Amino acid sequence: MILYPVIMLGAVAGIAAILLFLTAKKFHVEEDPRIDKVAELLPGANCGGCGYPGCRGLAEAIVKAADKGDIGGLSCPPGGSTAMKAIGEVLGMAVAESEPMVAVLRCGGTHEKAPRTLKYDGAPKCVIAHTVFAGEKGCPNGCLGLGDCVTVCAFGAMYMDEKTGLPVIDPAKCVACGACVKACPRKIIEMRPKGRKERRVWVNCVNTEKGAAAMKYCKAACIGCGKCVKECPEKVQAITLQNNLAYIDPKKCIACGKCVLVCPTKAILATFEPPKPKPVEAKPAEAAPATPA
Amino acid sequence: MDLKTFKIGGVHPPENKLSAGAPIEAAALPKRAFIHLGQHLGAPAKPIVQKGDKVRVGTLIGAGEGFISAAVHSSVSGTVFAIDAVVDASGYKRPAVIIDVEGDEWEPTIDRSPELKKDISLDKKAIVDRLKEAGIVGLGGATFPAHVKYMVPEGKKVDTLIINAVECEPYLTSDHRVMLERADEVLVGTRILMTALGVERAVIGIEANKPDAIEILSRKAKDHPGITVQALKVQYPQGAEKQLIKAILNREVPSGKLPLDVGCVVNNVGTTVAVYEAVQKNKPLFERIVTLTGKKLPRKANFLVRVGTPITQLIDACGGAPEGTAKFINGGPMMGKAMVNTDIPVTKGTSGVILVDEADARRNAPGACIRCAKCVAACPMGLEPYLIEKQAEYALWEDAEKEDAADCMECGCCQFTCPAARPLLDNIRLAKTTVMRIRRERSKK
Repeated sequence: MILYPVIMLGAVAGIAAILLFLTAKKFHVEEDPRIDKVAELLPGANCGGCGYPGCRGLAEAIVKAADKGDIGGLSCPPGGSTAMKAIGEVLGMAVAESEPMVAVLRCGGTHEKAPRTLKYDGAPKCVIAHTVFAGEKGCPNGCLGLGDCVTVCAFGAMYMDEKTGLPVIDPAKCVACGACVKACPRKIIEMRPKGRKERRVWVNCVNTEKGAAAMKYCKAACIGCGKCVKECPEKVQAITLQNNLAYIDPKKCIACGKCVLVCPTKAILATFEPPKPKPVEAKPAEAAPATPA
Repeated sequence: MDLKTFKIGGVHPPENKLSAGAPIEAAALPKRAFIHLGQHLGAPAKPIVQKGDKVRVGTLIGAGEGFISAAVHSSVSGTVFAIDAVVDASGYKRPAVIIDVEGDEWEPTIDRSPELKKDISLDKKAIVDRLKEAGIVGLGGATFPAHVKYMVPEGKKVDTLIINAVECEPYLTSDHRVMLERADEVLVGTRILMTALGVERAVIGIEANKPDAIEILSRKAKDHPGITVQALKVQYPQGAEKQLIKAILNREVPSGKLPLDVGCVVNNVGTTVAVYEAVQKNKPLFERIVTLTGKKLPRKANFLVRVGTPITQLIDACGGAPEGTAKFINGGPMMGKAMVNTDIPVTKGTSGVILVDEADARRNAPGACIRCAKCVAACPMGLEPYLIEKQAEYALWEDAEKEDAADCMECGCCQFTCPAARPLLDNIRLAKTTVMRIRRERSKK
């Protein structure tokens, strides 16, 4: 008696298979096989750092660009140059070497240096607090400490340090997707090149107020004194001073660390221990240059 | 008495009009005045004085820049100390003129005589020009440049002028005192605005919790044909333009439209006095009434304050901030904002300063939304606050636009009524500004 159901179900399955086969034929979508190949080479985190909806979105864009002959303008921040190189090989295109980047926080307003004088009890989001007032510390440029950047980080590379009230970026986990840079309403986080041997120097402040005004609420503010500008080797000239704020151009900086030592508010940070200055020696030889006879 | 009100939403917070009995008194002159150049909605004024210049009371120090902007005048006489950035209520620095006060010498063109000048000699255009020169802005709180309202575009027909004397915000009493003490000026000012618009009808809307003001204005309005007084049921936010039009004329302003589109213009009652003074007495706007109040403040007062006076000075005149004051609110408790400190100066928009103690100031810890829909019932704009809050949280800006987040007027009814103490308004404000930015970017393309 088992025979009837077997025949019936077999017949149903057969008809369904034929129908499916015909539909698949009729509605077949021609897709470039290269898209799949490229997508496989991307990290698959769908972070959106490239500006496209997910990794597949970027893969489609890359293949489209490859057909036009140039994929130079496209890149995957987390995958970096390794991923792009592999993609270039698959597509048979040359890819320019891109420098690996890392997100850098530019605020030194810790609880210790910039004590909180106000209490904010609104919705705990930086974008909202930013429109309401200058911040609990009073600094109109500094970190609000509510962690919008931490929330958007898809790679777990950021966390909020309760002791300092500032976010911390783990350079080992940061893939430079740029989500935190976009999320920060105060533009405190900057994408900077990782540097040779992970040596980086940057001004840890974005305050544009005059020194005296800034020091009122933050002891770690850049006061625009210009000492670092003078200390920067003459041939390098990487530091510029604008609106009472020093900025180190990472493209020019040679990471010598001299400016770190002269900053009176310790507002310049480095990823390495800057070399101690040599003890000042008396220079007898240069005293009173001999006048030509 | 036939009381009117608007139909959708609204709340009735405790009124706490503690300073209603305090007559208007002139505040002492400051030693140094900090006059912000952006005291109005729109582009900040451009400074036209320099360091070391001598100015008198009423001297023009900032010229309006662009269509929506307003002139700024000196409120004191003395020497310009500096033109620098000065912290405002939010803690951000804005350009301001700082003047060291010497004596109290007024511009000779200002008529300081106390008698009432009833006859209006100027015509439509001259009145609007005078409002512009005098830097008149809406004194209700939004500080919209007044002259812009009275430049009615071709093709728009206006039939009614509404004078907003609702003062629906709890605590504030500055408009109430103005009506009691300057009723004649209010009525002449209203007539000036009627002339500027070319309308025959003006309605003064007053909430029923101010029976003395209703009585005095109704009595005096009999001498002014066309002006009537309408008593309104006490309901927040009745002082919002669209709600007031609905309450008085039963006309609804469509989403994204202006009162002009339904044939009316709304003007704050305090502004009518400023209009009267500007047109009849040639006096620019450089002082305003500021309510100083707070449950524990030793003395409650309504001060006539020169713009640029530090708020600390007003608090000291009331006996100083009592211990345990947690917040100093600039404006009313519903829509006002907590100030970062009290050294900031009074601006044209400072309707009051409220000292709130710890118990009243702190928000409760937010809980989960329980879908009770109290916020939906309370929203006077007919929005769904709980939904827009979630859309803002998940950055669904297109959905928020469809839910008309941009129509929110930030009255705060939703947050006031929420039993879970959710930060509804904070998030809706974010949705509103983002949607408006997206719309601006779209229209640019």
